[in-house]
Amino acid sequence: MRTSSASSSSSRPKLPEAPFPPGPAPARLRTVPEEPSPLSAVLVDDEPLARELLRELLAAHADVRIVAECANGFEAVKAIAELAPDVVFLDVQMPKLDGFEVLSLLPRREDGRPAVVFVTAYDQYAVRAFEADAVDYLLKPFEKARLASALGRVRARLGTGGAAPPPGLAAKARDPSRPASRVVVKEGANVTVLPVATLDFVKAEDDYVLLRAQGRDHLKAETLASLEAQLPGDRFVRIHRSYLVNLDRLVRLETEATGGQTAVLKDGTRLPVSRTGARALKALLEGPR
Amino acid sequence: MNPILATGGRLGPYLLAWVPLTAVTGSLLVLAAGLSPIEAGILTVPLTVVYAFLCLSSWYLCKAVPIGAATFARMAGTVVAAAAVAGVLWAAWAATVVWSLATLAAFASLPDKLPVITPVVVLLGILRYLLAAAVHYVLLAVDRARAEERRGDELRRLAREAELRALKEQLNPHFLFNSLNSISALTASNPAKAREMCVLLADFLRKTLGLSDRGTIPLSEELSLVRNYLAIEGVRFGGRLAVEEEIDPATEACEVPPLLLQPLVENAVKHGVAQRVEGSVVKLSAHRKDGKILIELSNPFDPAADAAPGAGVGLSNVRRRLAARWGDRAELRQESDADVFRIELLVPAEAP
Repeated sequence: MRTSSASSSSSRPKLPEAPFPPGPAPARLRTVPEEPSPLSAVLVDDEPLARELLRELLAAHADVRIVAECANGFEAVKAIAELAPDVVFLDVQMPKLDGFEVLSLLPRREDGRPAVVFVTAYDQYAVRAFEADAVDYLLKPFEKARLASALGRVRARLGTGGAAPPPGLAAKARDPSRPASRVVVKEGANVTVLPVATLDFVKAEDDYVLLRAQGRDHLKAETLASLEAQLPGDRFVRIHRSYLVNLDRLVRLETEATGGQTAVLKDGTRLPVSRTGARALKALLEGPR
Repeated sequence: MNPILATGGRLGPYLLAWVPLTAVTGSLLVLAAGLSPIEAGILTVPLTVVYAFLCLSSWYLCKAVPIGAATFARMAGTVVAAAAVAGVLWAAWAATVVWSLATLAAFASLPDKLPVITPVVVLLGILRYLLAAAVHYVLLAVDRARAEERRGDELRRLAREAELRALKEQLNPHFLFNSLNSISALTASNPAKAREMCVLLADFLRKTLGLSDRGTIPLSEELSLVRNYLAIEGVRFGGRLAVEEEIDPATEACEVPPLLLQPLVENAVKHGVAQRVEGSVVKLSAHRKDGKILIELSNPFDPAADAAPGAGVGLSNVRRRLAARWGDRAELRQESDADVFRIELLVPAEAP
């Protein structure tokens, strides 16, 4: 059996003076002599065995306390919001919400918490994960040294005080080759999945967007530009600086006495259309289908 | 289009073949009809040029009475009649040329020899037209054989490509890594189960390895592979995956292309079971129906999931393989109601 990284570091007293060394287990190679503050962790994976493995390997780290285990994205969003953990171990492919959607709904605090470590068998998500500000990316199956190094990165990130990532970062890390088929929003403890076909229009409101779907309004912390980039471009048109409209809902355009134009939707909603918006609409309606 | 004109490189040799024929025509006119070599030479050139192209028309004969489609008597009758008409036409053309040449003083006596020239030309015309028809028949047959071969090559290529793609997808690295992760988890908590999982995975890999060399396998073998796969995924998903099977033993000996069902079952797990929080029952059945085998597969899915069921490449891949092997004698139907996705596969029941 291999000696743990903790004992190897203590047998070489000179190492702690060195700057943060690269290596399999920087977690235990600390420059500060006192015990690290305990980390609260949430495990998110739909496979019971995958959670079991994480639990077992984390048991070797006395300073890591598992505060919740979640089997799907909904549970994860709820648990993370309630428990405000230091670190989240997040699977990508799960029922209800995938890992990126969970990430897009997380309240990220100013100190960078929670640090997110993706745990998945799919290495094609790695680039997107780091774009979404993940601290590390564990590929299944992994062993204890790799987990220790991930915890080291988590501590390094949290130790520097971190900074909340800009809103919408996780959403931008979506697969760019495929438009989103749904938008997820979190209101209080509730997570709602809105298929894009149910959206009437989206309105920019400061740091948020307001989404109107089936007669109800939903708020999401994201910019209109970022959402526009994810939605299918042949279906949603930016008719105004502040409005994105679902073409299927559009009934007609009216020209006002002032010369400005107004879009009228099926439910009677009237939205302003800018000059640029009118051109974009025209291009999409007359262009090749 | 005419096989001589359609295929590049044939018109040249065809026209070249007319050079010795022209010499023969000239010689015969000298020897049999008593023309002087100069008269024969001057007369032969326009005769040959026109007839070389007239003979290309025998292609229409080949189309009208193709070999095999008409009786031999009808075919021979048609060809000989056409040859006679062509010979007479050629003789008429010869007469026209002769009369035109007669306007020149040097050839003024040429029309006197027409009674001898005409039978020679008619006879030569008939023989040559028959020859041309034979050449066309041969060329058409050659072209048809080549096209057939190309089509066969194309079909074989499509089938091989589909097999390769299926096999490549088979070695799904995600499946492997997730299974290894499950084993890794079980080694500490349940070593016996870990060993069982190792054996399941080894069995599955062993079964898929030999498949690329085999054109078909008995359905029973494919089903055993699928069961193996589902057992592994069952361990991975814990209680979330259940399987219901209804296999008519009379279908098990029938031959199917290897890995025909595997990608469909994999879809059911990936887009069905894996996307649902609740437990899912994957149903698989096989029955005989009107000399065919009806295989049905169904799985529940989450309608709000990101990817619609049946949208994957797996299904179109299976469709291509069915078409490559059985043409329209096999079909694959898919349908989904509120939250259940169904696939019906109807393939000819082929005995080993």
